[in-house]
Amino acid sequence: MNVTLKVWRQKGPNQSGGFAEYKAEGIIEDMSFLEMLDTVNESLIAKGETPIAFDNDCREGICGMCGLVINGIPHGPSKGTTTCELYMRHFKDGDTIVIEPWRSVAFPVMKDLIVDRSAFDRIIQAGGYISCKTGSAIDANTIPVPKPIADRSMDAATCIGCGACVAACPNGSAMLFTSAKIGHLNLLPQGKPERFNRAVHMIEAMEAEGFGGCTNHGECEAACPKSVSIDFIALVNREYMGAFCAADFE
Amino acid sequence: MKLDAKIPPGPLAEKWDNHLNSIKLVSPANKRKYRIIIVGSGLGGASAAASLAELGYDIDCFCYQDSPRRAHSIAAQGGINATKNYPNDNDSIWRLFYDTIKGGDYRAREANVYRLAQVSSNIIDQCVAQGVPFAREYGGQLANRSFGGAQVSRTFYARGQTGQQLLLGAYQALQRMIAAGKVTMHTRTEMLDLVLVDGRARGIVTRDMVTGDIQSYAADAVVLATGGYGNVFFLSTNAKGCNTTAIWRAHKRGAAFANPCFTQIHPTCIPVSNEYQSKLTLMSESLRNDGRIWVSKKPGDKRPPNDIPEDERDYYLERRYPAFGNLVPRDVASRNAKMVCDEGRGVGATGLGVYLDFRDAINRLGKKVIEERYGNLFEMYERITGENPYEVPMRIYPASHYTMGGLWVDYNLMSNIPGLYVIGEANFSDHGANRLGASALMQGLADGYFVLPNTIGDFLAEHRPDGLTADGNEFRTVENDVADNVKKLLSINGSRSVDSFHKELGKIVWDYCGMSRNKEGLQKALTLIPALREEFWNDVKVPGDNEEINQSLEKAGRVAEFMELAEIMCLDALGREESCGAHYREEYQTPEGEALRNDEEFSYVSVWEYSGEFSKPIFHKEHLQFEFVTPTQRSYK
Ligand SMILES: Cc1cc2nc3c(=O)[nH]c(=O)nc-3n(C[C@H](O)[C@H](O)[C@H](O)COP(=O)(O)OP(=O)(O)OC[C@H]3O[C@@H](n4cnc5c(N)ncnc54)[C@H](O)[C@@H]3O)c2cc1C
Ligand code: SF4
Ligand code: FES
Repeated sequence: MNVTLKVWRQKGPNQSGGFAEYKAEGIIEDMSFLEMLDTVNESLIAKGETPIAFDNDCREGICGMCGLVINGIPHGPSKGTTTCELYMRHFKDGDTIVIEPWRSVAFPVMKDLIVDRSAFDRIIQAGGYISCKTGSAIDANTIPVPKPIADRSMDAATCIGCGACVAACPNGSAMLFTSAKIGHLNLLPQGKPERFNRAVHMIEAMEAEGFGGCTNHGECEAACPKSVSIDFIALVNREYMGAFCAADFE
Repeated sequence: MKLDAKIPPGPLAEKWDNHLNSIKLVSPANKRKYRIIIVGSGLGGASAAASLAELGYDIDCFCYQDSPRRAHSIAAQGGINATKNYPNDNDSIWRLFYDTIKGGDYRAREANVYRLAQVSSNIIDQCVAQGVPFAREYGGQLANRSFGGAQVSRTFYARGQTGQQLLLGAYQALQRMIAAGKVTMHTRTEMLDLVLVDGRARGIVTRDMVTGDIQSYAADAVVLATGGYGNVFFLSTNAKGCNTTAIWRAHKRGAAFANPCFTQIHPTCIPVSNEYQSKLTLMSESLRNDGRIWVSKKPGDKRPPNDIPEDERDYYLERRYPAFGNLVPRDVASRNAKMVCDEGRGVGATGLGVYLDFRDAINRLGKKVIEERYGNLFEMYERITGENPYEVPMRIYPASHYTMGGLWVDYNLMSNIPGLYVIGEANFSDHGANRLGASALMQGLADGYFVLPNTIGDFLAEHRPDGLTADGNEFRTVENDVADNVKKLLSINGSRSVDSFHKELGKIVWDYCGMSRNKEGLQKALTLIPALREEFWNDVKVPGDNEEINQSLEKAGRVAEFMELAEIMCLDALGREESCGAHYREEYQTPEGEALRNDEEFSYVSVWEYSGEFSKPIFHKEHLQFEFVTPTQRSYK
């Protein structure tokens, strides 16, 4: 099949960008979306032009490195799918596909489709961990964790830190990402000692990074390739409120 | 070259404790005066960086991705082994040790492997305390499964995302130490060379992948945790950026490379479907617990799988290995898949595939149970192939997955260059000629959490901080080398893209140094590779400049190193005139076609020393002594 691409090109962080049009020809259904871009890049290189820069690494939906807004939707049209797991069989011959980077104040564009997501790491630094020095752990089976709790915690922990939730949110909020980490840790008995500090400090860090507030649009959940549920946002709101009357909050 | 493995004396079970009691310590007040460079933020790098920082050392940690959380460890699916014996199925340190040594076809050191088994249980404690949400039983206890053919259930897992959860645990510990100011994290920064001062590893030279700045960092010790080199095959289950640059550069600066030809080809990956394919996806080995592998008895059978009657199917693993059936180790499963395809019995459009069928498991256990066990894998398969594995058998084929070879290290995980440590997949230490499932995660974390933080102190105690900074001549010289190399790559301006070279290289290595090897093929590869390398340096086209994000330049640098590594892999495979584990030389097989080891002559680690761009590397042997187990012919019949 042949498709037309409208791709955001931007030389560097402080430069203005714009759309450029490319023809992707001889595309086959079994190609992944990124393999389609690879072939476009090969033809650009052959012509002596600069290939399109886009982040990717594992190409199997787990590292969270890839992320493109495809026809207005972060990670494209397939639900619960990262950009790298999207296949060309979801497109038709003659389609025009618009490809943009994540758009958010807190994720500045670095080049073409690559954005700076280091704000996410800084949110984690504010409390997205359990303080437990290597060597100081007790036997793993000492504290039983009810299966439903372990499962729910895992549902949150499955977040890959891609940032699609931010790109999808009209406010550019990182609440789904932040809640996924707080939910993962605060649900577990091991995470309880630091639960209130974690919730408050991570949310403060999120705001300080320039992400917007959450007004319950729910777009994040729809765009999330791991289908992380907005129920975690509700849970975290409770943790956050609870903090201010908790004895163990500093 | 002097190779002293520094194996502590004494009974196997006491070696590690005796060693810990006898090595030197750095006092708590002095630790903060040392700086350690850690390249890599995967399970090995992140766990080491966090643990060493907790001890008080100052750390510089590097990764090429935009966040340390994206290291390739994230992709591990199946699980991590440990000798907890929670299921009460008679597991023990000895058994895990024995399985690993035997699985590696007796080409690993007894002492290292025993230590790995000893610390495995602490890893699970540590990870649970960090909040890793491992699978649980209804009573709230940790769940276990049997994995990769083990006859006990010692594998801990978090759905099909064990690597992700373990890495997030280590990543979070690392972020905590970044927040504490003890670790400086350098993301999107690629190590391009190692710096030696007076014969000791004292720093690295990096390229900032955003600005192109070439910069040096100095330290009291350097740790490489840069993962495996499976991408030498171009198509592999590794992430696109996985590379050999860091260890290869260190090799060129004097670090010995061990067993480069020991590369693992994983039996259960989704087959290649077209020539544009950029990577291969692993289907977790756990699928072999319930799926049955088969092909048609007739060559060239084009019928859809469900139309092939039961008595015309050949469940070849069950037939040939009645004791282990579909759960034979990876090397055996891969080789057998290749064999049936070579006989013309392969399936799918390319004929390079075999069926992995869940029909009987679904009939026996119900669709719901299968969905619970493998739901996310089935979905992933369907997303990639467009086929529904609940209805049509999966098609699988072996793919490059893991590299047992790597930089040579002693018992302390130090290379032959003083002050240069190598951990995780980047070293050669524990898996011999074949790695067992769920043991790479264990090794990465054992190295980073429990081994290195102890052994590095022994070296540092003897090498007091001397205030070395990164502006001496030794650093300048290496920086210039790196800058020259970048300039050269950008200036060739030939006619072929980097990827086209990488694909061609990968095909040579796959054809001649892949699942099975022979003398003639390896010799052929040894003429093809240097020719391709020359063409690369004359005709590669790398667009753009250094002073920007330039992904073609990044790739070009990596492929240049793969070209050199590929040669030493073939040399190593050629010299090892026996079959063992994943290294299968067609000339050396039993009458039944199994790998035929030759312990008399080849019970050693092959160790290569770099001797210059155009001269043959120098070959050394580290003889393996088996004091506690007796090597036998592996039998899974
Ligand atoms: C698909 C897949 C599934 C797997 N499943 C399992 C499993 O179920 N169980 C199991 O035990 N093992 C499994 N393995 C193997 C296991 O995941 C790896 O061996 C292990 O995670 C490697 O960890 P590491 O820390 O050594 O390296 P990695 O996790 O690969 O980390 C390498 C780090 O080094 C950095 N780096 C590399 N080169 C440079 C450079 N030049 N400059 C700067 N930084 C650099 C990278 O940025 C990264 O941070 C699997 C592997 C794959 C590919
Ligand atoms: S919550 Fe979902 S969309 Fe947001 S970062 Fe995590 S995985 Fe990506
Ligand atoms: S490249 Fe890793 S999630 Fe897409």
